[in-house]
Amino acid sequence: MLETIWFVLWGVLWAVYFMLDGYDLGAGTLAPFLARGDTERRIIYNSMGPFWDGNEVWLITAGGVTFAAFPTTYAVMFSALYTPLLLLLFALILRAVALEYRSKEEGGTWRQTWDILHFIGSFVPALLLGVAFANIFQGIPIDGEGIFHGNLLTLLNPYGLLGGILFVLLFLVHGALWLAIKAGDPLGSKAGNMAAILWAVLLVVAVVFLVASWFATPLYKNYLSYPVLWIIPLLTVAALLAVRAFISKKAWWSAWFASSVTIVGATLFGVAGLYPNLFPSSLNPAFSLTIFNSSSSPLTLKIMLGVALTFVPIVIVYQIWSHYVFKDKVTEEDLASDEAY
Amino acid sequence: MDAITLSRLQFAVASYFHFLFVPLTLGLSILVALMETQYVRSGDEQYKRMAKFWGKLFVINFALGVVTGITLEFQFGTNWSRYSKYVGDIFGSLLAIEASVAFFLESTFIGVWIFGWKRLSPKAHAVCIWLVAAASNLSAYWILVANSWMQHPVGYVIRNGRAELADFWAVVTQSYAVWMFLHVLSGAYILAGFFVMGISAYHILQGKDLAFFKKSFRMAATFAVIFALAELVIGDIHGKEMVKAQPAKAAAAEAVWDSAKGAPMFLFAIPDEANERNSVEILGIPKLLSWIATGDANGTYKGLKEFPKDERPPVALTFWSFRIMVGLGFFFAIMTVIAWVKRNKPEENPGLLKVLLWSIPLPYVALELGWTVTEMGRQPWIVYGMMKTTDAASRLAGSQVGLSLGAFVIVYSLLGLVCFYLIYKNARKGPEPLPVATTN
Repeated sequence: MLETIWFVLWGVLWAVYFMLDGYDLGAGTLAPFLARGDTERRIIYNSMGPFWDGNEVWLITAGGVTFAAFPTTYAVMFSALYTPLLLLLFALILRAVALEYRSKEEGGTWRQTWDILHFIGSFVPALLLGVAFANIFQGIPIDGEGIFHGNLLTLLNPYGLLGGILFVLLFLVHGALWLAIKAGDPLGSKAGNMAAILWAVLLVVAVVFLVASWFATPLYKNYLSYPVLWIIPLLTVAALLAVRAFISKKAWWSAWFASSVTIVGATLFGVAGLYPNLFPSSLNPAFSLTIFNSSSSPLTLKIMLGVALTFVPIVIVYQIWSHYVFKDKVTEEDLASDEAY
Repeated sequence: MDAITLSRLQFAVASYFHFLFVPLTLGLSILVALMETQYVRSGDEQYKRMAKFWGKLFVINFALGVVTGITLEFQFGTNWSRYSKYVGDIFGSLLAIEASVAFFLESTFIGVWIFGWKRLSPKAHAVCIWLVAAASNLSAYWILVANSWMQHPVGYVIRNGRAELADFWAVVTQSYAVWMFLHVLSGAYILAGFFVMGISAYHILQGKDLAFFKKSFRMAATFAVIFALAELVIGDIHGKEMVKAQPAKAAAAEAVWDSAKGAPMFLFAIPDEANERNSVEILGIPKLLSWIATGDANGTYKGLKEFPKDERPPVALTFWSFRIMVGLGFFFAIMTVIAWVKRNKPEENPGLLKVLLWSIPLPYVALELGWTVTEMGRQPWIVYGMMKTTDAASRLAGSQVGLSLGAFVIVYSLLGLVCFYLIYKNARKGPEPLPVATTN
């Protein structure tokens, strides 16, 4: 029971991370295609300025919780995914430093360099996270010792890449909607139009992904055994359709919330199909790491549950507050302040 | 080189680099919070300028501290998977608590603080930087509890082929962790004090913005002297803990080969590991070492020969790191006392100011050496007496780790240079001018 509660929490932490950092990564990836001139670029940086750092901690916590609740999974998952994980970390380092340092100096070359790094630091994590999760859904070639039999190219298989593209598109739509909320015209309306176009592509890829998952992964097994779970993909698809309806009405906040539900739903769709596996082996199901054979002791799980149930709600409250404080559009006056990115 | 050696090097690079940024975050957050509090209380714009100027340097430094910490947390899984599997029940939970209790708080409120100058009331804004300061210091506590457990494991049982938690309270409150926390924290505060004093000294020497930098200097001198003096006591107590908990590390730190009652302290020695002796030992003060280590002049100090050769840490490295760190600790105490005495008229002491300016790197050196003693002195163990470092690494290909190590060195060097450049430039430039008062 404790293990199952932790499994749900684990899935929720990842889902919230994707929902929150998703708009940063999406907006960062879109920046070179949307922004014209330094002012528009700075509006994009400042649209995520007060939030990205707090958003990224959801990733650290998801990693930390994997370590605390399922240490064997943490050990095997992180060492098996060694190269993609380090690439992800380097990319996130570049993203963070680009955000902080880019506008600390005038000058074209300085800023252009950071703009490029910020694009890489946003696009690469989106892609890699999708590739990694899709591969986990279909199983990873690990043996009974948790040794990975493959390399980076093993992970770049068609279904893995499809997962990567799906994540990128989810985040792009999410980020475009965020910019439609946070940026005045013309950038805001450009972002809104972009969201509409990207949404159509996302719809196609999402359908392909759902179908491909039937053939490439055992995810649907749980859905056939527990039909109540179908509510997750149904809600996700409904939310995705709602995104388009809200875009038509230019109701950007509503569209963004619907997009948030889509991302959380898409993550939980995979996570629910994965149960009780955390890191399934494609070589032999007996080698798979499950919540039962990789979890911490009951005492640790209980203490950590107490910590999580106390502090995560507090975190949610103050992060909502911080989003509320900075709910307004980023204006040129904001850019004039000394602290602005 | 094999994958284990490369993984060790990579972890060393990552943690040394991480700790170039952490101590300034820990200390400067408090100084900036004090400055902003003064502004809120007195309404004196000078204090606001101080909070903004030092806050800007704080933010430049903060960014690298955060991102380099993430790679450390994840490296336990990538490179030390057998360690993670064996002790994750305890060690993993400490890192997870750190993230959920402290890191969220710090990262969320730093954003609000940077961007919130005009959106929040001055009081609420000052609360934000206090939350950042409190959270980063709290964060340090959890990390140091985790590290202390590697130095002195408590509150566990070996069950199901791994170390499992038996007594959470014992892990979180063991005195080794408490003293290590105070020791590291004082070191970090000294570093922040020297950073602010040193940069202020530069501007005072130039005669620029005197009122601003004299105020900064005075504050930093007071802050630094408290912790530099406290560190003499705290360091001593932490050292005594080390002697009890990790005798092999203590023996290496003092290069003592044969156990002795009433052991002397040699002010200068050169360890010769091959022949298990010191090739030079001069200026011995009788019984001093036993007295410092045990509180009894005739107490027994264990020597390295008590331990099998394959359970001894590298002696010369541990010894020199410890010696230089302790020496620097005394230097900081003396310098901060002088600075504090002269705190109201620093401009009349250009010699002192020059020394302080050039002393900015020294606390960094002391802190990195302190970690060298802590981590190298624990070898060959990753968890003292429980698990050897060689049994802890992931089974990775050497080429894979070599490649990532290369990437770490290149990326970190570039980022370090950029960060140094920005801090150097902004520190030299000085604060934004006071807004011109408009008279009606």
